[in-house]
Amino acid sequence: MTSTTVVPMQARTTTPDITGTKRTRAVHARIPAARLVKLELRKMFNTRSGFWMLVSIAVLSILATAAVILFAPDSAVTYETFATAIGFPMSVILPMIAILAVTSEWSQRSGLTTFTLVPHRSRVILAKATAAFVVGVLSMALAFATGALGNLAGSALAGVDTVWDVSMAHAAQITMGNLVGMAIGFTLGVVLRSSAAAIVGYFVVSLVLPGVLLLLAQVREWFNDLQPWIDWNYTQVALFEGQTSSAREWSQLGATTIIWIVAPLVVGLLMLRRSEVK
Amino acid sequence: MITVESLTRKYGRYTAVDHVSFSARPGRVTGFLGPNGAGKSTTMRVMVGLTSPTSGTATINGEQFADLPNPGLEVGVLLDASAQHAGRTGRETLTMAAMTMGLPRCRVEEMLDLVSLTKGESERRVRNYSLGMRQRLGIATALIGDPSVLILDEPANGLDPAGIRWMRDLLRGYADQGGTVLLSSHLLHEIEVIADDLVLIGNGRIVAQGTKDELLAAAGTVVRSRDLTRLAQALTDAGLSVSPSGDGALRTDASPDAVGQVALAAACTLTELRSADGAGLEEMFLELTADTQREGAAA
Repeated sequence: MTSTTVVPMQARTTTPDITGTKRTRAVHARIPAARLVKLELRKMFNTRSGFWMLVSIAVLSILATAAVILFAPDSAVTYETFATAIGFPMSVILPMIAILAVTSEWSQRSGLTTFTLVPHRSRVILAKATAAFVVGVLSMALAFATGALGNLAGSALAGVDTVWDVSMAHAAQITMGNLVGMAIGFTLGVVLRSSAAAIVGYFVVSLVLPGVLLLLAQVREWFNDLQPWIDWNYTQVALFEGQTSSAREWSQLGATTIIWIVAPLVVGLLMLRRSEVK
Repeated sequence: MITVESLTRKYGRYTAVDHVSFSARPGRVTGFLGPNGAGKSTTMRVMVGLTSPTSGTATINGEQFADLPNPGLEVGVLLDASAQHAGRTGRETLTMAAMTMGLPRCRVEEMLDLVSLTKGESERRVRNYSLGMRQRLGIATALIGDPSVLILDEPANGLDPAGIRWMRDLLRGYADQGGTVLLSSHLLHEIEVIADDLVLIGNGRIVAQGTKDELLAAAGTVVRSRDLTRLAQALTDAGLSVSPSGDGALRTDASPDAVGQVALAAACTLTELRSADGAGLEEMFLELTADTQREGAAA
C-alpha cells in the first residue's frame, strides 16, 4: 500500500522567521588556499601514524649516518656515501607520507568531514599535493644537512679529508627523484583511495615492476630501447645518480612522468571528483 | 532553511532516492523518518555535496552547498559519528575543524564543554572512544561554527538515555533560537518527542509529511468498549472504517468526536476513547512504509 498523505507546506500557518535566516545573511569569505595547505600539513603529522613517519625520517637519517661512520671503509667516507645511505629510507618513507595524505580521508573516513567543510575536492587535493611537496623538499633538506654533519664527523673520526662529492645539481636531481617517488605514491593514493591498496600498489610499481621490465628488456630486444621511455624506476635511478643531463634523458623522464603520474592522476582526479564519499 | 526539490539519485537501475521534495524551516526541528535503507542518508549526503544527485536540487538558505564559501559557518553536519580519523585525538579533530573555518581556538574548549567531553577524554585518540563519545565529538564539530542549519543523521545512536535527553534539549534550544534542524532516525519514538515537522520516507519516496500534530491527527482514533463487536458494527453502519488494533481495541480514521457520537447513539459503553497519537503514528509509519519494510508482515 502506498497511500500518500502529503500536507502542503505552504498551506500551514507560517511560523515567524526568527534569527535563523538573519544569521546566515552574513557573507563569509571563501576559505583561503594557504589555510588549506597549512591544515593538510598538520594532518600529515597529527595522527599516530603520521607522527611516527616524521620521527622515523629523523631517526633513520641519523641511523643511516651512524651506520656509514661505523661500517664504511675510510675511502668511502664521502658526502655521496652519506647522501645515498640517508636517501634510501627517505625514498621509502616519503612516498608513504604522500599516499597516506590522500588515502586516509577514505580509509579513515575523515573525508566525510573534510569534504563537507571544504566542498571542493580539487582544492583539497591540490592543498594535499602542495603539502606533500613541502614535506618532500624539507625532508630532503634535513637529509642533506644530516649527511653533511655525518660527513664532517665521519671524516674527522676516520682521519681522512672531508670529501664533498655531491654537486648542487646532483643534490637537486636527488631531491627531484624523491619527489617523483612521492608523486607516484600520491597518484596511487588518488586512483585507489585506499591506504592498504595504495601502499601495496607502490611496492608493486617500485619493486616488482622494475624487475619485470628489466627481464622483458633482456629477452625482447625491441623493448631494450623502449624501457627508458616507459620504466619510471629507470629514470628515477638516473636522477638519484645525477645522470639525467641530455635532452634525450630529460625527455625520457618526461615520458615516464606522463605515463605513470600525469595521465593516471588526471583520470584519478576526475573519478575522485565524481565519486561518493561514504 | 533547507529546500529539497524533486531530488533523485539512482545507482544503475536502483533508485535510492526518488523525486524527494520537502523543506526544513527555521525555528523548527524536522524529523526525517524512515526504515533502514529508505534513502535518508543518501538524501542527506546529497544535501551536503558528498553524493551528486541524478536530478533535482537541494539548497541551504537558497544556495547549493558547494556554493557556500565557508560551509561550516552556515551548516553543521553530522552524517556518521564513526567517520573520524581513529589516530587523531578528539581535541585535534575539533581544532582542525575550527582552523578550517577560521575560528579562534577558544571555540574548541567551548565545544568540549558543551558536549561534556572532559579534558582527559579530549586528549585520547578517537579509536578509544565509545560510539556515544564519537557522537558527542561529531555534534561538537557540527556546532563549532555556530551555524544556522543543522543536518544530523541518527545523532542519538550510541548515546545513553541521559545523552539522548541532553541531545534533545540541545536541539530544542537550538531550534527555539531560530535554527533549522533536520534530524534523521529510524526510531519513531525518539523523533516523535522532539520533532515539530515530520517527513516520512520509504523506498526512496516521501510517503507523508507535515507537522507532527497534523500527522498525529490523521492517525485516527483508538476506542475500547465492553462490547467491541457491537461497537464495530455501529461504526461500520455509520460509514466509518474500522480495524482491530490488536490489543482488544478498535482503530478508526474518524475523529474521537465522531466515534463518541456513534457510540452514544448505539448505547455502547466505552472504556477508552482517545486520539491514536503515538501508537497511531507508529502504525501509520509501518503502514506507509509497508512495501519497504524488510519484515513484510509487520504492518
